[in-house]
Amino acid sequence: MKAPPAIVGVGCTKVREHWGKSVLDLAVEACLKALEDAGNPDVDAIYLGNAASELMNEQGNLAALLADALALEGIKAVEVRAGDASGSLALHQASMDVTSGSSRAVLACGVEKMTDVMVQEVERVGMLFEDARTTFHSGVTIPGLCAILTRLYMERYGADYEDIILFAVNDHRNAANNPYAQYPFPIDVKAIMGSPLVADPIRLFDTAGIGDGAAAVVLCEPGDARRMSDAPVAILASEVACSRMSLSERDDLLSIRSLRLAADRALEKARVGLKDVDFFEVHNTTSIMGILALEEMGLAGRGEGWKLVKEGQIAIGADWPVNTMGGLKGRGHPWGATGLYQAVEAVWQLRGEAGKNQVDGAEVGLTHNMCGLGSVSCVHVLARWEVVA
Amino acid sequence: MSVPRFWREIPHKYRLLGSRCRSCGAIYHPRRPTCPRCGSRDMEEVVLSGRGRLLAYTVIRRPPSDLEEFRPYIVGLIELEEGVKVLGQIVDCGPEDLRPGLEVEATLRRIRAHGPSGVIEYGYKFRPALKWEKGSSSQRPS
Repeated sequence: MKAPPAIVGVGCTKVREHWGKSVLDLAVEACLKALEDAGNPDVDAIYLGNAASELMNEQGNLAALLADALALEGIKAVEVRAGDASGSLALHQASMDVTSGSSRAVLACGVEKMTDVMVQEVERVGMLFEDARTTFHSGVTIPGLCAILTRLYMERYGADYEDIILFAVNDHRNAANNPYAQYPFPIDVKAIMGSPLVADPIRLFDTAGIGDGAAAVVLCEPGDARRMSDAPVAILASEVACSRMSLSERDDLLSIRSLRLAADRALEKARVGLKDVDFFEVHNTTSIMGILALEEMGLAGRGEGWKLVKEGQIAIGADWPVNTMGGLKGRGHPWGATGLYQAVEAVWQLRGEAGKNQVDGAEVGLTHNMCGLGSVSCVHVLARWEVVA
Repeated sequence: MSVPRFWREIPHKYRLLGSRCRSCGAIYHPRRPTCPRCGSRDMEEVVLSGRGRLLAYTVIRRPPSDLEEFRPYIVGLIELEEGVKVLGQIVDCGPEDLRPGLEVEATLRRIRAHGPSGVIEYGYKFRPALKWEKGSSSQRPS
Protein backbone atom coordinates (compact mmCIF):
# COMPACT_ATOMS: atom_id res chain seq x y z
CA MET A 1 0.00 0.00 0.00
CA LYS A 2 1.20 3.50 -0.87
CA ALA A 3 2.07 5.48 2.28
CA PRO A 4 -0.88 7.71 3.24
CA PRO A 5 -0.85 11.49 3.67
CA ALA A 6 -0.43 12.75 7.23
CA ILE A 7 -2.24 15.34 9.32
CA VAL A 8 0.45 17.34 11.12
CA GLY A 9 -1.48 20.33 12.42
CA VAL A 10 -5.02 21.04 13.64
CA GLY A 11 -6.94 24.08 14.84
CA CYS A 12 -10.50 25.27 15.36
CA THR A 13 -12.58 28.03 16.89
CA LYS A 14 -15.19 27.38 19.54
CA VAL A 15 -18.59 26.83 17.95
CA ARG A 16 -20.87 29.61 19.13
CA GLU A 17 -22.63 32.77 18.02
CA HIS A 18 -19.56 34.80 17.03
CA TRP A 19 -21.29 38.16 16.67
CA GLY A 20 -18.01 40.04 16.37
CA LYS A 21 -16.36 37.81 13.76
CA SER A 22 -16.97 37.46 10.02
CA VAL A 23 -16.83 34.27 7.98
CA LEU A 24 -13.27 35.24 6.98
CA ASP A 25 -12.20 36.03 10.56
CA LEU A 26 -13.28 32.57 11.66
CA ALA A 27 -11.49 30.78 8.81
CA VAL A 28 -8.30 32.76 9.40
CA GLU A 29 -8.34 31.94 13.12
CA ALA A 30 -8.68 28.19 12.52
CA CYS A 31 -6.04 28.16 9.76
CA LEU A 32 -3.47 30.11 11.77
CA LYS A 33 -3.94 27.71 14.70
CA ALA A 34 -3.48 24.70 12.41
CA LEU A 35 -0.42 26.19 10.71
CA GLU A 36 1.09 27.08 14.11
CA ASP A 37 0.40 23.54 15.33
CA ALA A 38 2.26 22.17 12.29
CA GLY A 39 5.27 24.44 12.84
CA ASN A 40 4.26 26.96 10.17
CA PRO A 41 5.23 25.01 7.06
CA ASP A 42 4.94 26.42 3.52
CA VAL A 43 1.71 25.14 1.99
CA ASP A 44 1.10 24.66 -1.72
CA ALA A 45 -2.70 24.75 -1.63
CA ILE A 46 -5.81 25.57 0.38
CA TYR A 47 -9.04 23.62 0.07
CA LEU A 48 -11.91 25.51 1.65
CA GLY A 49 -15.24 23.90 2.49
CA ASN A 50 -18.26 26.16 2.92
CA ALA A 51 -21.96 25.60 2.31
CA ALA A 52 -23.53 28.99 1.72
CA SER A 53 -21.46 32.14 2.30
CA GLU A 54 -23.04 33.90 -0.70
CA LEU A 55 -26.51 33.39 0.74
CA MET A 56 -25.73 33.99 4.41
CA ASN A 57 -22.73 36.35 4.48
CA GLU A 58 -22.79 38.21 1.13
CA GLN A 59 -19.34 36.93 0.31
CA GLY A 60 -18.25 34.52 -2.42
CA ASN A 61 -14.89 33.23 -3.68
CA LEU A 62 -13.86 32.34 -0.14
CA ALA A 63 -10.80 30.23 -0.90
CA ALA A 64 -8.93 33.03 -2.67
CA LEU A 65 -10.10 35.50 -0.03
CA LEU A 66 -8.71 33.25 2.70
CA ALA A 67 -5.41 32.64 0.89
CA ASP A 68 -4.97 36.38 0.47
CA ALA A 69 -5.76 37.05 4.14
CA LEU A 70 -3.10 34.48 5.09
CA ALA A 71 -0.59 36.20 2.76
CA LEU A 72 -0.28 33.07 0.63
CA GLU A 73 -0.24 34.67 -2.81
CA GLY A 74 0.48 32.23 -5.58
CA ILE A 75 -0.79 29.05 -3.97
CA LYS A 76 -3.64 26.95 -5.35
CA ALA A 77 -6.88 28.04 -3.65
CA VAL A 78 -9.94 25.88 -4.25
CA GLU A 79 -13.41 26.10 -2.77
CA VAL A 80 -15.30 22.85 -2.30
CA ARG A 81 -19.05 22.81 -1.91
CA ALA A 82 -21.65 20.17 -1.06
CA GLY A 83 -23.91 21.62 1.63
CA ASP A 84 -23.04 20.41 5.10
CA ALA A 85 -20.61 17.84 3.66
CA SER A 86 -18.39 20.62 2.29
CA GLY A 87 -15.81 20.33 5.07
CA SER A 88 -15.06 16.65 4.66
CA LEU A 89 -15.01 17.07 0.89
CA ALA A 90 -12.37 19.79 1.30
CA LEU A 91 -10.36 17.31 3.36
CA HIS A 92 -10.91 14.68 0.67
CA GLN A 93 -9.65 16.99 -2.07
CA ALA A 94 -6.68 18.02 0.04
CA SER A 95 -5.87 14.40 0.70
CA MET A 96 -6.10 13.56 -3.03
CA ASP A 97 -3.84 16.51 -3.84
CA VAL A 98 -1.10 15.25 -1.53
CA THR A 99 -1.57 11.63 -2.57
CA SER A 100 -1.25 12.59 -6.25
CA GLY A 101 2.08 14.24 -5.57
CA SER A 102 0.85 17.58 -6.85
CA SER A 103 1.34 19.28 -3.48
CA ARG A 104 3.67 18.53 -0.58
CA ALA A 105 1.77 20.38 2.17
CA VAL A 106 -1.84 21.51 2.03
CA LEU A 107 -4.29 23.34 4.25
CA ALA A 108 -7.89 22.08 4.47
CA CYS A 109 -10.37 24.40 6.16
CA GLY A 110 -14.12 24.33 6.75
CA VAL A 111 -16.08 27.39 7.82
CA GLU A 112 -19.68 28.45 8.28
CA LYS A 113 -21.05 31.68 9.65
CA MET A 114 -24.77 31.06 10.18
CA THR A 115 -25.82 33.82 12.57
CA ASP A 116 -25.62 36.61 9.96
CA VAL A 117 -29.17 35.64 8.95
CA MET A 118 -32.38 34.84 10.85
CA VAL A 119 -33.34 31.27 11.68
CA GLN A 120 -36.07 31.20 8.97
CA GLU A 121 -33.40 32.04 6.41
CA VAL A 122 -31.10 29.30 7.71
CA GLU A 123 -34.00 26.88 7.33
CA ARG A 124 -34.54 28.09 3.74
CA VAL A 125 -30.88 27.73 2.78
CA GLY A 126 -30.78 24.22 4.26
CA MET A 127 -33.61 23.20 1.91
CA LEU A 128 -31.37 24.04 -1.05
CA PHE A 129 -29.12 21.10 -0.17
CA GLU A 130 -31.92 18.73 -1.14
CA ASP A 131 -33.71 18.73 -4.51
CA ALA A 132 -35.27 22.19 -4.20
CA ARG A 133 -38.06 21.29 -6.65
CA THR A 134 -39.35 19.03 -3.89
CA THR A 135 -38.38 20.88 -0.73
CA PHE A 136 -39.66 24.31 -1.75
CA HIS A 137 -42.82 23.04 -3.32
CA SER A 138 -43.78 20.93 -0.32
CA GLY A 139 -42.29 23.29 2.25
CA VAL A 140 -40.48 20.42 3.93
CA THR A 141 -37.44 21.53 5.91
CA ILE A 142 -34.44 19.40 6.88
CA PRO A 143 -35.87 18.82 10.39
CA GLY A 144 -39.19 18.08 8.62
CA LEU A 145 -37.58 15.33 6.56
CA CYS A 146 -35.95 13.97 9.71
CA ALA A 147 -39.38 14.03 11.38
CA ILE A 148 -40.90 11.89 8.63
CA LEU A 149 -38.00 9.44 8.95
CA THR A 150 -38.43 9.37 12.73
CA ARG A 151 -42.13 8.51 12.36
CA LEU A 152 -41.40 5.79 9.80
CA TYR A 153 -38.69 4.36 12.07
CA MET A 154 -40.91 4.40 15.16
CA GLU A 155 -43.71 2.67 13.29
CA ARG A 156 -41.52 0.03 11.65
CA TYR A 157 -39.34 -0.84 14.62
CA GLY A 158 -41.46 0.01 17.65
CA ALA A 159 -39.06 2.55 19.13
CA ASP A 160 -40.34 5.50 21.18
CA TYR A 161 -39.17 9.03 20.46
CA GLU A 162 -37.80 9.12 24.02
CA ASP A 163 -35.55 6.17 23.07
CA ILE A 164 -34.32 7.79 19.85
CA ILE A 165 -33.28 11.08 21.48
CA LEU A 166 -30.88 9.25 23.81
CA PHE A 167 -28.49 9.79 20.90
CA ALA A 168 -28.57 13.54 21.61
CA VAL A 169 -28.11 12.87 25.33
CA ASN A 170 -24.89 10.97 24.52
CA ASP A 171 -23.68 13.90 22.40
CA HIS A 172 -24.22 16.37 25.22
CA ARG A 173 -22.53 14.17 27.81
CA ASN A 174 -19.41 14.19 25.64
CA ALA A 175 -19.66 17.87 24.70
CA ALA A 176 -19.53 18.77 28.40
CA ASN A 177 -15.77 18.11 28.34
CA ASN A 178 -15.05 19.83 25.03
CA PRO A 179 -14.09 23.50 25.49
CA TYR A 180 -14.77 24.13 21.78
CA ALA A 181 -18.35 22.77 21.92
CA GLN A 182 -21.34 25.05 21.38
CA TYR A 183 -23.33 23.32 24.14
CA PRO A 184 -20.78 22.04 26.69
CA PHE A 185 -23.27 20.68 29.23
CA PRO A 186 -25.33 17.53 29.73
CA ILE A 187 -29.05 17.42 28.99
CA ASP A 188 -31.58 14.67 29.69
CA VAL A 189 -34.62 13.27 27.92
CA LYS A 190 -36.93 15.43 30.03
CA ALA A 191 -35.18 18.61 28.86
CA ILE A 192 -35.48 17.57 25.21
CA MET A 193 -39.15 16.65 25.59
CA GLY A 194 -39.76 20.00 27.27
CA SER A 195 -38.29 21.98 24.36
CA PRO A 196 -40.55 23.33 21.58
CA LEU A 197 -41.65 21.17 18.65
CA VAL A 198 -39.84 22.05 15.42
CA ALA A 199 -41.41 19.39 13.17
CA ASP A 200 -43.51 16.80 15.02
CA PRO A 201 -42.23 14.70 16.73
CA ILE A 202 -38.82 16.42 16.52
CA ARG A 203 -38.09 18.92 19.26
CA LEU A 204 -35.69 21.84 19.24
CA PHE A 205 -33.13 20.22 21.57
CA ASP A 206 -32.99 17.20 19.27
CA THR A 207 -31.76 19.32 16.35
CA ALA A 208 -28.20 20.47 15.74
CA GLY A 209 -28.06 24.14 16.70
CA ILE A 210 -27.28 27.13 14.54
CA GLY A 211 -23.76 28.39 15.16
CA ASP A 212 -20.58 29.82 13.71
CA GLY A 213 -17.25 28.05 13.52
CA ALA A 214 -14.20 27.07 11.54
CA ALA A 215 -11.81 24.13 11.73
CA ALA A 216 -8.64 23.41 9.79
CA VAL A 217 -5.94 20.78 9.37
CA VAL A 218 -2.53 20.78 7.70
CA LEU A 219 -1.71 17.75 5.56
CA CYS A 220 1.69 16.72 4.27
CA GLU A 221 3.17 13.92 2.25
CA PRO A 222 4.19 10.84 4.23
CA GLY A 223 7.93 11.50 3.92
CA ASP A 224 7.59 14.80 5.81
CA ALA A 225 5.26 13.54 8.54
CA ARG A 226 7.85 12.77 11.21
CA ARG A 227 9.77 15.95 10.54
CA MET A 228 6.70 18.17 10.88
CA SER A 229 5.00 16.53 13.85
CA ASP A 230 5.79 14.43 16.92
CA ALA A 231 2.45 12.70 16.53
CA PRO A 232 1.34 12.65 12.89
CA VAL A 233 -2.01 11.09 12.05
CA ALA A 234 -2.42 8.99 8.90
CA ILE A 235 -5.36 9.40 6.53
CA LEU A 236 -5.82 5.71 5.80
CA ALA A 237 -8.84 6.32 3.60
CA SER A 238 -10.91 9.20 2.25
CA GLU A 239 -13.99 8.10 0.34
CA VAL A 240 -16.98 9.93 -1.10
CA ALA A 241 -20.22 8.49 -2.47
CA CYS A 242 -23.46 10.05 -3.63
CA SER A 243 -26.93 8.58 -3.52
CA ARG A 244 -30.48 9.32 -4.69
CA MET A 245 -31.19 12.99 -4.15
CA SER A 246 -34.88 12.79 -3.32
CA LEU A 247 -35.54 11.01 -0.07
CA SER A 248 -38.95 9.92 -1.38
CA GLU A 249 -37.29 8.13 -4.31
CA ARG A 250 -35.05 5.88 -2.26
CA ASP A 251 -35.90 2.19 -2.24
CA ASP A 252 -35.77 2.24 1.56
CA LEU A 253 -36.17 5.64 3.15
CA LEU A 254 -34.52 4.37 6.33
CA SER A 255 -31.27 3.51 4.58
CA ILE A 256 -28.44 6.00 3.96
CA ARG A 257 -26.95 4.27 0.94
CA SER A 258 -24.25 6.88 0.30
CA LEU A 259 -22.87 6.16 3.77
CA ARG A 260 -22.84 2.42 3.25
CA LEU A 261 -20.99 2.80 -0.06
CA ALA A 262 -18.45 5.31 1.27
CA ALA A 263 -17.85 3.41 4.53
CA ASP A 264 -17.42 0.04 2.82
CA ARG A 265 -14.92 1.50 0.36
CA ALA A 266 -13.07 3.38 3.10
CA LEU A 267 -12.71 0.36 5.38
CA GLU A 268 -11.56 -1.75 2.46
CA LYS A 269 -8.95 0.79 1.34
CA ALA A 270 -7.78 1.32 4.93
CA ARG A 271 -7.62 -2.46 5.38
CA VAL A 272 -9.32 -2.27 8.73
CA GLY A 273 -12.44 -3.99 9.98
CA LEU A 274 -15.23 -2.27 11.86
CA LYS A 275 -13.99 -3.96 15.05
CA ASP A 276 -10.59 -2.27 14.62
CA VAL A 277 -12.17 1.19 14.77
CA ASP A 278 -11.82 2.64 18.28
CA PHE A 279 -14.26 5.54 17.89
CA PHE A 280 -16.73 7.00 15.40
CA GLU A 281 -17.77 10.56 14.58
CA VAL A 282 -21.12 10.46 12.77
CA HIS A 283 -23.37 13.03 11.14
CA ASN A 284 -26.43 13.51 13.36
CA THR A 285 -28.40 16.58 12.27
CA THR A 286 -31.06 14.98 14.47
CA SER A 287 -30.97 11.81 16.58
CA ILE A 288 -32.66 9.68 13.93
CA MET A 289 -29.85 10.37 11.45
CA GLY A 290 -27.27 9.29 14.03
CA ILE A 291 -29.15 6.06 14.71
CA LEU A 292 -29.56 5.31 10.99
CA ALA A 293 -25.81 5.94 10.56
CA LEU A 294 -25.00 3.35 13.25
CA GLU A 295 -27.19 0.83 11.44
CA GLU A 296 -25.86 1.69 8.00
CA MET A 297 -22.26 1.16 9.06
CA GLY A 298 -23.18 -2.14 10.66
CA LEU A 299 -22.62 -1.25 14.33
CA ALA A 300 -26.20 -2.43 14.83
CA GLY A 301 -28.70 -4.35 12.73
CA ARG A 302 -31.64 -2.63 11.01
CA GLY A 303 -34.02 -1.35 13.64
CA GLU A 304 -31.52 -2.08 16.42
CA GLY A 305 -29.58 1.18 16.47
CA TRP A 306 -31.74 2.78 19.15
CA LYS A 307 -31.16 -0.25 21.40
CA LEU A 308 -27.38 0.13 21.03
CA VAL A 309 -27.77 3.71 22.26
CA LYS A 310 -30.18 2.81 25.05
CA GLU A 311 -27.86 0.08 26.33
CA GLY A 312 -25.07 2.65 26.64
CA GLN A 313 -22.90 0.98 24.01
CA ILE A 314 -21.98 4.23 22.23
CA ALA A 315 -20.60 5.90 25.37
CA ILE A 316 -16.89 6.50 25.87
CA GLY A 317 -15.53 3.38 27.54
CA ALA A 318 -18.16 1.15 25.89
CA ASP A 319 -17.81 -0.98 22.73
CA TRP A 320 -18.52 1.70 20.14
CA PRO A 321 -17.70 5.23 21.35
CA VAL A 322 -19.63 7.65 19.13
CA ASN A 323 -19.31 11.44 18.79
CA THR A 324 -16.63 11.55 21.48
CA MET A 325 -16.34 15.36 21.53
CA GLY A 326 -20.05 16.11 21.27
CA GLY A 327 -21.11 15.41 17.69
CA LEU A 328 -23.34 17.71 15.68
CA LYS A 329 -25.75 18.15 18.57
CA GLY A 330 -23.30 18.92 21.36
CA ARG A 331 -20.25 20.40 19.65
CA GLY A 332 -22.46 22.14 17.12
CA HIS A 333 -23.00 21.97 13.37
CA PRO A 334 -21.66 24.96 11.43
CA TRP A 335 -22.45 23.25 8.12
CA GLY A 336 -19.32 23.52 6.00
CA ALA A 337 -17.04 23.30 9.05
CA THR A 338 -18.46 20.11 10.57
CA GLY A 339 -16.40 17.65 8.53
CA LEU A 340 -13.20 19.35 9.62
CA TYR A 341 -14.27 19.57 13.27
CA GLN A 342 -14.66 15.81 13.08
CA ALA A 343 -11.12 15.50 11.69
CA VAL A 344 -9.66 17.81 14.33
CA GLU A 345 -11.40 15.88 17.11
CA ALA A 346 -10.26 12.55 15.70
CA VAL A 347 -6.68 13.85 15.69
CA TRP A 348 -7.03 14.86 19.36
CA GLN A 349 -8.17 11.31 20.16
CA LEU A 350 -5.35 9.71 18.17
CA ARG A 351 -2.71 11.98 19.73
CA GLY A 352 -4.08 11.25 23.21
CA GLU A 353 -5.11 14.90 23.66
CA ALA A 354 -8.84 14.39 24.21
CA GLY A 355 -8.70 15.06 27.95
CA LYS A 356 -11.52 13.59 30.00
CA ASN A 357 -13.05 12.16 26.80
CA GLN A 358 -9.94 10.26 25.78
CA VAL A 359 -10.76 6.83 24.35
CA ASP A 360 -8.13 4.58 25.93
CA GLY A 361 -5.53 3.39 23.46
CA ALA A 362 -7.32 4.93 20.46
CA GLU A 363 -5.45 3.94 17.31
CA VAL A 364 -8.07 4.12 14.56
CA GLY A 365 -11.04 6.48 14.16
CA LEU A 366 -13.76 6.84 11.53
CA THR A 367 -15.57 10.05 10.62
CA HIS A 368 -18.80 10.36 8.64
CA ASN A 369 -20.01 13.69 7.27
CA MET A 370 -22.88 14.05 4.81
CA CYS A 371 -24.98 16.51 2.91
CA GLY A 372 -28.60 16.88 3.97
CA LEU A 373 -30.23 13.49 4.33
CA GLY A 374 -27.38 11.63 2.64
CA SER A 375 -27.21 12.79 -0.98
CA VAL A 376 -23.43 12.82 -0.44
CA SER A 377 -21.50 10.97 2.26
CA CYS A 378 -17.81 11.33 2.99
CA VAL A 379 -15.99 8.85 5.22
CA HIS A 380 -12.46 9.17 6.52
CA VAL A 381 -10.45 6.54 8.36
CA LEU A 382 -7.68 8.10 10.43
CA ALA A 383 -4.99 6.30 12.42
CA ARG A 384 -1.97 6.90 14.61
CA TRP A 385 1.13 7.05 12.44
CA GLU A 386 2.59 4.02 14.27
CA VAL A 387 -0.22 1.89 12.86
CA VAL A 388 1.13 2.36 9.33
CA ALA A 389 4.82 3.03 9.96
CA MET B 1 -36.51 35.98 -9.47
CA SER B 2 -37.50 36.52 -13.08
CA VAL B 3 -40.99 35.77 -14.38
CA PRO B 4 -39.82 33.22 -17.03
CA ARG B 5 -38.54 31.01 -14.27
CA PHE B 6 -42.07 30.60 -12.93
CA TRP B 7 -43.55 30.11 -16.39
CA ARG B 8 -41.06 27.32 -16.96
CA GLU B 9 -42.12 25.59 -13.77
CA ILE B 10 -45.89 25.82 -14.38
CA PRO B 11 -46.31 22.45 -16.17
CA HIS B 12 -44.88 20.43 -13.33
CA LYS B 13 -46.19 22.56 -10.49
CA TYR B 14 -49.83 22.84 -11.54
CA ARG B 15 -50.06 19.12 -12.24
CA LEU B 16 -48.07 16.27 -10.80
CA LEU B 17 -45.77 15.59 -13.70
CA GLY B 18 -43.36 12.68 -13.47
CA SER B 19 -41.21 10.58 -15.76
CA ARG B 20 -41.77 7.05 -17.05
CA CYS B 21 -38.95 4.91 -18.35
CA ARG B 22 -39.85 3.68 -21.83
CA SER B 23 -37.51 0.75 -21.32
CA CYS B 24 -38.53 -0.74 -17.96
CA GLY B 25 -41.70 1.18 -17.11
CA ALA B 26 -40.48 2.62 -13.82
CA ILE B 27 -42.18 5.87 -12.83
CA TYR B 28 -40.48 8.76 -11.02
CA HIS B 29 -41.33 12.05 -9.40
CA PRO B 30 -39.96 14.68 -9.76
CA ARG B 31 -39.09 14.27 -13.46
CA ARG B 32 -35.68 12.90 -14.35
CA PRO B 33 -33.61 12.41 -17.51
CA THR B 34 -32.41 8.85 -16.83
CA CYS B 35 -33.69 5.70 -15.17
CA PRO B 36 -31.67 4.66 -12.10
CA ARG B 37 -33.33 1.23 -12.14
CA CYS B 38 -32.31 0.08 -15.63
CA GLY B 39 -29.94 2.82 -16.80
CA SER B 40 -32.09 3.84 -19.76
CA ARG B 41 -32.04 7.41 -21.08
CA ASP B 42 -35.33 6.98 -22.90
CA MET B 43 -37.82 8.72 -20.61
CA GLU B 44 -41.26 10.17 -21.27
CA GLU B 45 -43.36 12.59 -19.27
CA VAL B 46 -46.32 11.18 -17.44
CA VAL B 47 -49.12 12.98 -15.61
CA LEU B 48 -49.62 11.34 -12.25
CA SER B 49 -53.08 10.72 -10.84
CA GLY B 50 -52.56 12.75 -7.68
CA ARG B 51 -54.45 10.09 -5.73
CA GLY B 52 -52.70 8.06 -3.09
CA ARG B 53 -52.28 7.14 0.54
CA LEU B 54 -50.53 8.91 3.35
CA LEU B 55 -47.48 7.05 4.69
CA ALA B 56 -46.26 9.55 7.31
CA TYR B 57 -46.52 13.24 8.06
CA THR B 58 -45.10 16.03 10.17
CA VAL B 59 -46.16 19.53 11.19
CA ILE B 60 -43.65 22.19 10.19
CA ARG B 61 -43.48 24.72 13.00
CA ARG B 62 -40.24 26.42 11.94
CA PRO B 63 -40.75 27.14 8.23
CA PRO B 64 -38.38 28.82 5.80
CA SER B 65 -38.78 32.58 5.46
CA ASP B 66 -40.93 32.33 2.29
CA LEU B 67 -43.56 30.10 3.91
CA GLU B 68 -43.94 31.96 7.20
CA GLU B 69 -47.55 32.89 6.30
CA PHE B 70 -48.66 29.24 6.38
CA ARG B 71 -47.09 28.33 9.75
CA PRO B 72 -47.78 25.77 11.09
CA TYR B 73 -48.44 23.50 8.09
CA ILE B 74 -48.53 19.76 7.50
CA VAL B 75 -46.18 17.95 5.11
CA GLY B 76 -46.92 14.37 4.21
CA LEU B 77 -45.13 11.53 2.47
CA ILE B 78 -47.66 10.07 0.05
CA GLU B 79 -47.58 6.91 -2.01
CA LEU B 80 -49.49 7.58 -5.23
CA GLU B 81 -51.59 4.95 -7.01
CA GLU B 82 -48.76 4.62 -9.53
CA GLY B 83 -46.45 3.44 -6.74
CA VAL B 84 -44.42 6.66 -6.62
CA LYS B 85 -43.74 8.41 -3.33
CA VAL B 86 -44.05 12.20 -3.21
CA LEU B 87 -43.82 14.86 -0.54
CA GLY B 88 -46.49 17.50 -0.33
CA GLN B 89 -48.42 19.77 1.95
CA ILE B 90 -51.67 18.41 3.34
CA VAL B 91 -54.45 21.00 3.58
CA ASP B 92 -58.13 21.33 4.52
CA CYS B 93 -57.61 19.32 7.71
CA GLY B 94 -55.68 19.27 10.96
CA PRO B 95 -53.08 16.78 12.17
CA GLU B 96 -55.78 15.13 14.31
CA ASP B 97 -57.56 14.05 11.09
CA LEU B 98 -54.50 12.23 9.76
CA ARG B 99 -53.33 8.66 10.11
CA PRO B 100 -51.10 6.45 7.98
CA GLY B 101 -53.12 4.89 5.18
CA LEU B 102 -55.50 7.85 4.77
CA GLU B 103 -56.58 8.42 1.16
CA VAL B 104 -55.50 11.80 -0.20
CA GLU B 105 -55.81 13.63 -3.52
CA ALA B 106 -53.99 16.53 -5.16
CA THR B 107 -55.53 19.99 -5.28
CA LEU B 108 -54.29 23.32 -6.70
CA ARG B 109 -53.30 25.88 -4.09
CA ARG B 110 -51.22 28.98 -3.49
CA ILE B 111 -47.60 28.00 -2.76
CA ARG B 112 -45.87 31.28 -1.96
CA ALA B 113 -45.74 34.95 -2.85
CA HIS B 114 -42.53 36.76 -3.73
CA GLY B 115 -43.04 39.99 -1.83
CA PRO B 116 -46.00 42.38 -2.05
CA SER B 117 -45.56 43.07 -5.78
CA GLY B 118 -43.87 39.86 -6.95
CA VAL B 119 -45.08 36.65 -8.54
CA ILE B 120 -47.60 34.52 -6.66
CA GLU B 121 -46.79 30.86 -7.19
CA TYR B 122 -49.48 28.17 -7.36
CA GLY B 123 -49.12 24.44 -7.36
CA TYR B 124 -50.43 21.14 -6.07
CA LYS B 125 -50.95 20.29 -2.44
CA PHE B 126 -52.92 17.35 -1.07
CA ARG B 127 -56.14 17.05 0.90
CA PRO B 128 -58.02 14.10 2.40
CA ALA B 129 -59.84 12.46 -0.53
CA LEU B 130 -63.42 13.60 -1.01
CA LYS B 131 -65.90 10.73 -0.98
CA TRP B 132 -68.04 10.39 -4.10
CA GLU B 133 -70.99 8.01 -4.08
CA LYS B 134 -70.84 5.46 -6.87
CA GLY B 135 -73.52 6.22 -9.43
CA SER B 136 -74.30 9.65 -8.01
CA SER B 137 -74.93 12.50 -10.42
CA SER B 138 -71.98 14.43 -9.02
CA GLN B 139 -69.04 14.64 -11.36
CA ARG B 140 -65.62 14.07 -9.95
CA PRO B 141 -63.56 17.20 -10.66
CA SER B 142 -60.95 16.36 -13.27
